[in-house]
Amino acid sequence: MAQKAIREADGKRMIARLLPEYTNGLYTLTDKYVTVGPGTDMKKLPTQYKWLTKDKLVVKPDQLIKRRGKSKLLLLNASWPEAEKWIKERMSKPVTVGTVTGILDHFIVEPFIPHNQQDEYYLAILSKRDGDEILFHHEGGINVGDIDAKASRLFVPIGTFPKTSEIESKLLQKVPRERQSLIAGFIEGMFKFYADLNYTYLEINPFVVTGRTIIPLDLAAKLDDTAEFVSGRKWGGISFPSPFGRQLSAEEAYIADLDSKTGASLKLTVLNSEGRVWTMVAGGGASVIYADTITDLGFMSEMANYGEYSGDPNEEFTYLYAKTILDLMTRKKNPKGKFLLIGGGIANFTDVANTFKGIVRALREYQKKLQENKVKIYVRRGGPNYKEGLRIMRELGNELGVPIEVYGPETHMTKIVSMALKGDK
Amino acid sequence: MAKNDYVLFDKNTQAFIYNMQTNAVQRMLDFDYASGRKTPSVAAMINPTGSDGFQKFFFGLKEVLVPVYKSMKHAAAKHPNVDVMINFASFRSAASSTEEAFAIPQIHTVVIIAEGVPERRMRELTAKAKKLNKIIIGPATVGGIVAGQFKIGNTGGTIENIMDSKLHRPGSVGFVSKSGGLSNEAYNIVAQNTDGLYEGIAIGGDRFPGSTLLDHLLRFEKNPEIKMLVCLGEVGGSDEYTIVEALKKKQITKPLVMWVTGTCSKAFKTEVQFGHAGAKAGSEAETADAKNAALKAAGAVVPNSFDDYGEKIAQVYKSLVKKKVITPKPEPTPVKVPMDYTTAVKAGLVRRPANFISTISDDRGEELKYGCLEISDVFKRDLGIGGVLSILWFKKLLPKYATKFIEMTIMVTADHGPAVSGAHNTIVAARAGKDLISSLVSGMLTIGPRFGGAIDGAAQLFSEAYDAGRTPQQFVDDMKAKGANIQGIGHRVKSVHNPDMRVQIIKEYAKKQFKSTPLLDYALEVEKITTSKKDNLILNVDGCIGICFADLLRSEFSKEEADMYIKLGALNGLFVLGRSIGLIGHFLDQKRLKQGLYRHPWDDIAYMVDMKE
Repeated sequence: MAQKAIREADGKRMIARLLPEYTNGLYTLTDKYVTVGPGTDMKKLPTQYKWLTKDKLVVKPDQLIKRRGKSKLLLLNASWPEAEKWIKERMSKPVTVGTVTGILDHFIVEPFIPHNQQDEYYLAILSKRDGDEILFHHEGGINVGDIDAKASRLFVPIGTFPKTSEIESKLLQKVPRERQSLIAGFIEGMFKFYADLNYTYLEINPFVVTGRTIIPLDLAAKLDDTAEFVSGRKWGGISFPSPFGRQLSAEEAYIADLDSKTGASLKLTVLNSEGRVWTMVAGGGASVIYADTITDLGFMSEMANYGEYSGDPNEEFTYLYAKTILDLMTRKKNPKGKFLLIGGGIANFTDVANTFKGIVRALREYQKKLQENKVKIYVRRGGPNYKEGLRIMRELGNELGVPIEVYGPETHMTKIVSMALKGDK
Repeated sequence: MAKNDYVLFDKNTQAFIYNMQTNAVQRMLDFDYASGRKTPSVAAMINPTGSDGFQKFFFGLKEVLVPVYKSMKHAAAKHPNVDVMINFASFRSAASSTEEAFAIPQIHTVVIIAEGVPERRMRELTAKAKKLNKIIIGPATVGGIVAGQFKIGNTGGTIENIMDSKLHRPGSVGFVSKSGGLSNEAYNIVAQNTDGLYEGIAIGGDRFPGSTLLDHLLRFEKNPEIKMLVCLGEVGGSDEYTIVEALKKKQITKPLVMWVTGTCSKAFKTEVQFGHAGAKAGSEAETADAKNAALKAAGAVVPNSFDDYGEKIAQVYKSLVKKKVITPKPEPTPVKVPMDYTTAVKAGLVRRPANFISTISDDRGEELKYGCLEISDVFKRDLGIGGVLSILWFKKLLPKYATKFIEMTIMVTADHGPAVSGAHNTIVAARAGKDLISSLVSGMLTIGPRFGGAIDGAAQLFSEAYDAGRTPQQFVDDMKAKGANIQGIGHRVKSVHNPDMRVQIIKEYAKKQFKSTPLLDYALEVEKITTSKKDNLILNVDGCIGICFADLLRSEFSKEEADMYIKLGALNGLFVLGRSIGLIGHFLDQKRLKQGLYRHPWDDIAYMVDMKE
């Protein structure tokens, strides 16, 4: 929902395809960007993209990793055989960037652009409440430093577009005179591109100027995915990769797929599949508070998942959602046992009894596994039909052979977290 | 009376509801009634894809009509006092319908419920609202409530919860949060720890909501009825810092209890998108911990965790009571809202005899059911038309030999050429330009004692004679004495020497497959007698089907049941069902051939008008 990061190659390709449209054809960018994924047959690429074997190349992982140069995840000025070898050595292998470890599985290959340090510029556009802000710095590149402090800024009120004169006077004063109008026209076009295509963030650091051409070397961008129905066709077949180190597991992908099939909301992130504290919480706001409380009580490392269901999903969807979580949490036993917190605030319009029927169906199905895994269940919920919902949960408690404690709105929302976890340490 | 600018909704506010959210409207009207409002808070509904009309709702025990308009402008002209629109449009059309509302001067506040409105469009709308001096609440929200005065849509949930959380009468607390679900939880917390809520707003979970937490806190600050502020913030974004600034600048002077949720985000190694679009920490300043610290430093009352949020609220409230800023009012006697019938049924509180009973099929579950069989099972087991018919007509899945026989009878009776009365009528009607159903029915209506009715008649006649123990000879003699034709006996052209193939097929099948065929055997004895008198007095196809079917029913059901089905007309049904295939065929045939109106030739009618003056 809302802002989602895209791959560098997708962003650059979109610029190559659409920048002329936003600059009356004055600025063009040749589409020389190739994505190499785990399924790409690299042997076939040189016949498909002739330039690969003619140009010198740059290769980088394309997985939303920041500061790749500093993490030595950058190959410069390479021939195709060198590039191929470099990718093969890294493909599907883990790498640690900062504190995050992830598998490398997407690379971007593009032509190496020889240039001088003083040809590198920094450009970013960000969305704020009342408008968008353009950030520019005449000394771009990997050593740009504290851009918040250094950059020149131009605030563009929402619904308006910046004039080139404004761009020159506010942003480009430190750029050599002969380049000012060239860069101003580029920024003007990029702003239209940004606004019309519903970007929410765009950073090009650096773009380089060689002669009369402007080429983005490094790009990070986010799109507003709720605008898919407006801009989707112009975006082309784009996908939103998950953050580096956060490969969507099969179960997470399954829930995301379910989510897309209902007007209600179903979310699941597995934080630690061997954690002992699992949650099945209703409501986007409430789910955060449950996670807060688990963290507060010092069970940060035991928190297995984050997720929420809301917007009155029907019994079937709730059942499938619950089943997925129960399956995950009963895969590996822990002698200390596990906790399942079926929490939620007082619903506005979600039918508690209906959603609970789905959960109860899943719990019944996993009865044996829940027993084997020594799962203790705590329930707290309010809202339409909650009395019936709590009643069927209590009733289930009598037959399931798994301890279930059930509470309603008279009990503070997060009380069940401390009930469950206090005395466990 | 003109409203103060800090008041968006009061006990006279009336709203338009955009889209047909009847449940939300009923909940608003229940709230109105419980709060003692004299007029419903919904003036009209706008149904952009429908037409003008009315929708019926309960207002207490009474029923009221709420007008429905296709056009928002039209609605506004009819209801000049309405200044709120609650917009239930989908994320695709929420922005355009809000813009439409902005063009109507009397509309001051628009609440956008949809989740997933593009950010840029929302920011444009927000800027426009500012220019026009209008207010947006949302998107991605449930709305808000002014206790005892006005409730937006589904806010507060059911009427039971509204009473439990004391939202039907005003207290002293102004509350604002992003989350709609949590606001309802918070109203409960406020009710348990103070004299209750005065006004509560959920601004929605987006990154750039139409109005901010601070916008509403500043309104509450100005409202003299509100004595203390309670707020829930969230990780991500920087809106909470505007509150910090307002505290520092003394724009907010009323005591503020505030907690920013999402303190857990530090536990996650990589970025996690929480349930709300805006809930994502991009930098240290956007974390919940940093915001909570800044708020505390600026003078807000910040609990240690959500667990003691209620306690802090209670502390502030008690100190205000002590300082006599708040004087607790006596609890008014609540107006009882009648329980909805469906709610009462769900809760097992009422019952009512049904007006209709049905025992053959059920369309309420995941799958359509014929009898106890789901439709997918019907196909998996390849039951065929015969199987389906046996379930729906006889409430029993008959064995294969029987369902096949049913299909045979349908096949055999499907048509008998264009000249018979049924087909003839259908053809004449089709040629008169009538539609399929009229033409079909026109043919069907000829089915009776002389045409097609012999199946039923023969079955009844023969089984009665057989059951009465009459010998075939006695039976024939009886009929002769009465001067009656024996139904099922006799054919216009077919005879012993020129047998009817249809009869042969059915007879042979019955002899071979049926458990026993006493009635058929009896009929064949009768036939021997009648054909000895006249060659063409054979058991005809109607008689054969009717008698065999009676045998079939008697071997699968008790005699009483079998007789009942025959009496109810099940055999007639077989003929009607079969022959409609042929009649439809004749209708299509005539239409395909583009046959014109049929007029019977004069010379084929003997005109013998003999009426005298």
